[in-house]
Amino acid sequence: MKYESQKVAKLYFVAAIGLFVGQILFGLVMGLQYIVGDFLFPEIPFNVARMVHTNLLIVWLLFGFMGAAYYLVPEEAETELFAPWLAKLMFWIFLAAGAATILGYLLVPYATLAELTMNDLLPTMGREFLEQPTITKLGIVVVALAFLFNIGMTILKGRKTVVNLVLLMGLTGLAVFFLFSFYNPVNVVMDKYYWWWVVHLWVEGVWELILGSILAFILIKTTGVDREVIEKWLYIIVAMTLITGIIGTGHHYYWIGTPAFWQWWGSIFSAMEPIPFFMMTVYAFNMVNKRRRNHPNKAAVLWALGTAVMAFLGAGVWGFLHTLAPVNYYTHGTQITAAHGHMAFYGAYVMIVLAMISYSMPMMRGREACNSARAQSMEMWSFWLMTISIIFITLFLTGAGILQVYLQRFSDNPMPFMVVQEKITLFYWLREIAGLVFLLGLVLYIASFFVGKNEPEATVELAK
Amino acid sequence: MAQAFTKAMARNIFYVGTLFFFLLFLALTFQTHSTLPDRDNRQAINDTVALGKKVWEQNDCIGCHTLLGEGAYFAPELGNVYKRFGSTDAIKAFIASRPKDGIPGRRSMPQFNLSDEELTAVAEFLKYVSGIKTNNWPPSPQG
Repeated sequence: MKYESQKVAKLYFVAAIGLFVGQILFGLVMGLQYIVGDFLFPEIPFNVARMVHTNLLIVWLLFGFMGAAYYLVPEEAETELFAPWLAKLMFWIFLAAGAATILGYLLVPYATLAELTMNDLLPTMGREFLEQPTITKLGIVVVALAFLFNIGMTILKGRKTVVNLVLLMGLTGLAVFFLFSFYNPVNVVMDKYYWWWVVHLWVEGVWELILGSILAFILIKTTGVDREVIEKWLYIIVAMTLITGIIGTGHHYYWIGTPAFWQWWGSIFSAMEPIPFFMMTVYAFNMVNKRRRNHPNKAAVLWALGTAVMAFLGAGVWGFLHTLAPVNYYTHGTQITAAHGHMAFYGAYVMIVLAMISYSMPMMRGREACNSARAQSMEMWSFWLMTISIIFITLFLTGAGILQVYLQRFSDNPMPFMVVQEKITLFYWLREIAGLVFLLGLVLYIASFFVGKNEPEATVELAK
Repeated sequence: MAQAFTKAMARNIFYVGTLFFFLLFLALTFQTHSTLPDRDNRQAINDTVALGKKVWEQNDCIGCHTLLGEGAYFAPELGNVYKRFGSTDAIKAFIASRPKDGIPGRRSMPQFNLSDEELTAVAEFLKYVSGIKTNNWPPSPQG
């Protein structure tokens, strides 16, 4: 850590991990509701648990991205953060808004929340992932603008690296495309069309720029490979991301009232979306193999390699499985989609944030470069537990999805939704068990921050 | 990557490629808009449907159901529920009759205590959605 102001990232990372725990607990609640339908009913109906689960995910990833930016931008720009006080202020505003929103979901019926927050003035609520009250959405815009200003001014006064520029473009895109969440016409087709400009252009567009630049930063720091090489890779990866991903939005436009030509555009371009993820895997392993030094933070390198592999599997392979229009005709809106969503989000975004936390947190907590060998060992255990259990969650949901597609849509005598759900309960049990293992991994992850504090830092010899 | 492939070339591919494909996306969006009047059943939209969409949104129906395949996968697809149930009255009766405390051991839709006007509106909204041309999706009436 070269600059004092980088330390504001710590606040963001601590909040991110806290909200991550909440996300997983509500995920387990929902998983159980899939099996025991009246679990916590009517106190916490499924839709409420789901809002909490997905919104916590989005909010903690945003905390993670902002923390990552506050840490890496000053270091790349070789200057102190423009306004550390603004970063701290925005942290508390964002945390308060996020907490109030989640409590709103849990404490009052959603319709009451809509009324209390005067949703009628500018109705934006009640759409998947964009359930936040309009006032919260406005708060997100304010926080995003203040954040971009702070990051932008820091970059402007310092060294302009490719990592910083790509990150800034990703973060700016995130803020710009979020504005489409305020467009909510009565026309369902138009509503859905532009809803994807937030959701798809985030996760299969600009967020990948954020992912790419954070990964590039960690690789530069941990491998010592020439920045020129890494930056060239970064450019070509994000180029392929947007070249395939923008038109790839079309894979959401097959069955929502939009014209059939999207079946061609969407299939062809989204079939190429795995390419940048594959390149990312090749590049991450290449850079680590060509490393000029052994970084003692073995855990951070593991997360970095892990994110490259799991993003390729989750976003790339599991996305491709159901992206071609003739396949998607049967799989659209089933557990196949859920399977893909879980591994893609974990692989691409959860792991990159955890990689950044793993790399930076030891230094923000006063270490030279890394944690003790014991803490790292525990962190790597948590890596394997969480990663393997997400693989199993994905496999079990895929099994459930294949059966669901067959029984409900493909067979000669399609059965009703609820009948099919009962027939595939076994897979939901298995998914829930895998979810408990994930929680165990998460507990170990948190514990890893508290063990071996008084032991010396791991050394390169130990890390080999 | 070969030595001949420089960082400047990678950068140019990024900027030019992104710009080109974003413009292409805008062109396809423009084309999409021109086809929508024949596809999106907009002639069925009226004040009741608008109220119905509001009821749909303000009770977070998408948190359990899918609509044209998008949403949560906990409860049945509703884009074609009007066709599956056969009438708006059947939809209204179903929503109105959900038990307050659920059904022991099973998934149940909450009792939302909607007024008759709201029930009519949400049923009319679902009827409107069922008239959208979806390229013959879903594959079966079961959704």
